[in-house]
Amino acid sequence: MSEYGPRIEIENNDGIITAKLLDKEILEERTINDIQESLFSLVEDQPRIKLIVNFIKVKHLSSSALGTLIRLNKRVEEGGGALTLCEIKPSLYEVFVITKLNRLFDIYESLKEALDSYSE
Amino acid sequence: MKKPLIASSLILSNIMSNNNIFQEIDISSDFCDAAIVEKRIVKAMEKYGYDEEDVFALKLSLEEALANAILHGNQHNSEKKVHIRFLVNREKVDIYISDEGNGFNPLAVPDPTKEENLQRPNGRGIMLIRAYMNLLEYNPQGNVLHMVKLSDH
Repeated sequence: MSEYGPRIEIENNDGIITAKLLDKEILEERTINDIQESLFSLVEDQPRIKLIVNFIKVKHLSSSALGTLIRLNKRVEEGGGALTLCEIKPSLYEVFVITKLNRLFDIYESLKEALDSYSE
Repeated sequence: MKKPLIASSLILSNIMSNNNIFQEIDISSDFCDAAIVEKRIVKAMEKYGYDEEDVFALKLSLEEALANAILHGNQHNSEKKVHIRFLVNREKVDIYISDEGNGFNPLAVPDPTKEENLQRPNGRGIMLIRAYMNLLEYNPQGNVLHMVKLSDH
């Protein structure tokens, strides 16, 4: 579904939308803005979305990217949807722990666990 | 991506570099030049045997420090410069970053991990630098940042 831009790859599993981030490094303003736009469009098109953001390709991200995730989380919750994150590498997960954002987000190790969490 | 401002001066300083002399570079307040300096520092770290964890820590910290200098210090004004002074050797990675801003009080930045601040999209840069570097300090005015990563080897 390239209508959401080249930076994310979308999959639909029985109504659960997975957005795989394709950039290895999410550092630059432009990259972050593009990703934010793409993800927000997804939510706009489907307010009660069950969304998973897949980090499997991501090696680096900056605190601005964390800001995008926070805004996304807020937006999803406002629309009555749900957001989970998955496949975050240990070094990156540490960033979430240090900033205590692991308490804000629902984070699962594997995509499978994230998908399963929506079936409960 | 516009043509990098600093390419030729980097080549010159590379020829002259040895491991006790700081290299100095001015970059414009955009992220293109920042990426080039980052690559240079990372390459030097790899040459001196720093491991992946160290490189990750440095990349993250440098990214945050430069973003702060460009966005907050220089107000994203492309005419303003960020001055980077760096040294990479076997013992440490030592970096000074100066912006043309009026400075700020790093002690006045709210703790982003506090419950009431957790949902704020901003304000985590300094905390991350402090977590990943061995030393982080500012000059009294707050427009020069100094950070050091010590090697484990």
